Amino acid sequence: MISVRQLSKHYGELKAVDNISFEVGEHENLILLGTSGCGKTTTLKMLNRLIEPTSGEIYVDGKNVKDQSPESLRRSIGYVLQNTGLFPHYTIAENIAVVPKLLKWDKSKIESRTNELIEKLRLPVDSLYKYPSQLSGGQQQRVGLARALIADPPVLLMDEPFGALDNITRTRVQAEFKALDELLRKTIIMVTHDVQEAFELGDRICLMDKGHIVQIGTPQELLFKPANDFVKQFLDAQRVQLEFKTVTIGNIWDRLPVGGLDNIATTLNENTSVWASLTAFDHQKQQQLTIKNADAIKTITYEQLMAAYHQYQQRPQV
Amino acid sequence: MNEHQQTLWEFMQQQSDKLLTQTMEHIGLTFIALLLAIIVGLPLGIFIARKQKLSGIVLGIAGVLQTIPSIALLGFMIPVLGIGPKPAIAALLIYALLPVIRNTFTGITGVDATIKEAAQAMGMSKGQILARVELPLAMPVILAGIRTAAVINVGVATLASLIAAGGLGEFIFGGISLNNTNMILAGAIPAALLAIIFDFLLSLLQKLNAKKLKVAVQVLPVILILLSIVYLVPSAYGTKLKAGFTPEFMGRQDGDLGLKQKYGLKIHTLVISDAVMYKAAYQKELDVISGYSTDGRLKAYDLVVLNDNKAIFPPYYAAPIVREDALKKFPDLEKTLNMLSGYITDSVMTGLNYRTDYLHESPEKVAKDFLVAHHLYKEDQHGSGDIVRIGSKIFGEQYILGEMYSMLIKGYTDYRVSTKTGLGGTKICFDALTNNQIDLYPEYTGTGLLVMLQPKQKIIDSLSTDKDKTYQYVKAEFEKRYQLRWLKPIGFNNAYAIMMRKQQADDLNIKTISDLKRYLDSN
Ligand SMILES: Nc1ncnc2c1ncn2[C@@H]1O[C@H](COP(=O)(O)OP(=O)(O)OP(=O)(O)O)[C@@H](O)[C@H]1O
Ligand SMILES: [Mg+2]
Repeated sequence: MISVRQLSKHYGELKAVDNISFEVGEHENLILLGTSGCGKTTTLKMLNRLIEPTSGEIYVDGKNVKDQSPESLRRSIGYVLQNTGLFPHYTIAENIAVVPKLLKWDKSKIESRTNELIEKLRLPVDSLYKYPSQLSGGQQQRVGLARALIADPPVLLMDEPFGALDNITRTRVQAEFKALDELLRKTIIMVTHDVQEAFELGDRICLMDKGHIVQIGTPQELLFKPANDFVKQFLDAQRVQLEFKTVTIGNIWDRLPVGGLDNIATTLNENTSVWASLTAFDHQKQQQLTIKNADAIKTITYEQLMAAYHQYQQRPQV
Repeated sequence: MNEHQQTLWEFMQQQSDKLLTQTMEHIGLTFIALLLAIIVGLPLGIFIARKQKLSGIVLGIAGVLQTIPSIALLGFMIPVLGIGPKPAIAALLIYALLPVIRNTFTGITGVDATIKEAAQAMGMSKGQILARVELPLAMPVILAGIRTAAVINVGVATLASLIAAGGLGEFIFGGISLNNTNMILAGAIPAALLAIIFDFLLSLLQKLNAKKLKVAVQVLPVILILLSIVYLVPSAYGTKLKAGFTPEFMGRQDGDLGLKQKYGLKIHTLVISDAVMYKAAYQKELDVISGYSTDGRLKAYDLVVLNDNKAIFPPYYAAPIVREDALKKFPDLEKTLNMLSGYITDSVMTGLNYRTDYLHESPEKVAKDFLVAHHLYKEDQHGSGDIVRIGSKIFGEQYILGEMYSMLIKGYTDYRVSTKTGLGGTKICFDALTNNQIDLYPEYTGTGLLVMLQPKQKIIDSLSTDKDKTYQYVKAEFEKRYQLRWLKPIGFNNAYAIMMRKQQADDLNIKTISDLKRYLDSN
């Protein structure tokens, strides 16, 4: 879907982005992760030509972005800014309708699409006629997302979309974000410097440093097969939690005792992370949980889960 | 006239036609200039917001233009644009330009960069970003600039009357010259009200929310254009010749009122300041002007005085008027001032005026040369006595006389001297004198009679043919009413006169004011 080849952006001596290449598949969610100033935003903005590269090529859906006018390119790529970037002089409805108006949609189409989105994003209906300053930060962020989604662009670029939110709101908005069906159909490139967020939301993570790509791969690959010490150290501070979040019931299925009953209410499937399963014990105040994969059911205790997880971690690395 | 003090309200009612005309002219001038300032300033502001390297130069130039004193700016305009509305509008435009450019620039550069980037990222073109994001967000700041410009323009537009462009300044400056407080207020109060009203209305506009502002901003140009057109409404009737009279002349019995009453003269008349009137006549912007019979510019610009065959401009003596208490405080003063008496005849005064007005010699040099030639000059004694304060009105002749008095006092007495020259018109000088801010200044008996004393018409009629009787009457009344003393007449007379270019007067065979009327009435 998106192909970036030998892309560089130099500001005089400074190589903000230095000769990077990567591919993003259709409906994939790629996270650009890295410390401040490593070139994430610069990379993202080159994709919709807000910044012109010093050298290199970018293809979106097989077409070189240079061959399209920047305006029409941008109208076909959703963009969510770090600080929402909502127009303060437009109502929420007008903010959401910016791109359709540029595309000259008729009024009823804009209206029905807007209503669809605010319902999906769980924005209050009366907020449509308010101005951005009258909304909470979390609501503004969702309006920013609605604005990027309204014309149903196949590609979505997001620059630290949850960066401005407090921790609790961020967790909630992230969860909603994950659950949003609209996003399943999109190719997404999202910038963040929050490791947890990257692991939570990314199909693959592209870890950058000083304008270079250090490693690109799935969360599990980064965690368990770090390309070098930088990757290892980058993740070390939060490793325990990350691993709990990355490893799923499916990964440790074989190490869990066989056999079980289907008579306990809470049933988790094999894609659930170990982290989520442990939280389930906490929340349900139960001694046992039922888990299932495609062809079997197991009933497990907290201790059995932890034991299986530790065995999995001790396994010989391939 | 003096029996019953006219109230301001009565004056305004009586002059309601003029008041309305002047107010409309005033509004018109203000808004034509404002409209032009927006047409020029807004794009310029946008342009320098794009090319910020040029912003320093453009804002610098606009800033410098704004610091030019308004009277001087009007003066600069005349050689290029003549007199009338054109130079007035150009001058107002120049004053209005800076706030419009500066605020447009600040407004647009002040728009949050992330919002501009968001607009760009949504796929807006440069023009769309300007129209939909930058201008609307900058609008409150731009409107603040327009508001400032409007208020500046209402104020500066009062000066338009000095170059025959009309407006409420006609009353204000007429009132100042004629010592008529009602007339000053009849111009000043509406002007102040206009400033307050426009400021208030534009402040409302600034506070509107985005939605209403959009509508308002679309309506604004229409309103501005309508207000500008107001200027054209009172466009006066045209005649073959164009007259330019000073505000003071317009309101005096021995002036425009007399011309109308005694001669029945009907001529398209503009009100104009004394400072530019002669030149405008010379440059054929005006054909008929009011002036002083001793003015040096008569000679300089080759003008002729039309014969006052119905004697509406009686000749009057010029003499110093002095505070009585000053004469007591400075016992030698009267004797010293009277030394000049009898030396200066009409033609001598005209000659002296010519040297300052046209040859641009300094009044000091002209005064000294004269005193030396008549063996009246004595070196400065550098006395140590009290200070005599000499005032003068704001034209050449008064400066020369002031200098002469100063030299005589310094040379013949122990007193020191301070001169307060250029005290504007009669009213300012006279008020300075009665308020003990100056001790003396040269005045004309006619002005004393008609402007300060304003006696009944009967008395005026009985005096106006006789210079000496007028002098005696004025001298006695001034002592009684104001404790001011008229010293001996200096020798020359100063009277109002109607003047034309010599060439034109000869061509049209106009020698008297009645000839002028006959010419205007023919066809
Ligand atoms: N217009 C510019 N001119 C010069 N240098 C720039 C410019 N824009 C970015 N840079 C530099 O390029 C480097 C990469 O910037 P970039 O904004 O891509 O970082 P980032 O990874 O997004 O960081 P952050 O997490 O802080 O947003 C930085 O060192 C930055 O200072
Ligand atoms: Mg960034």
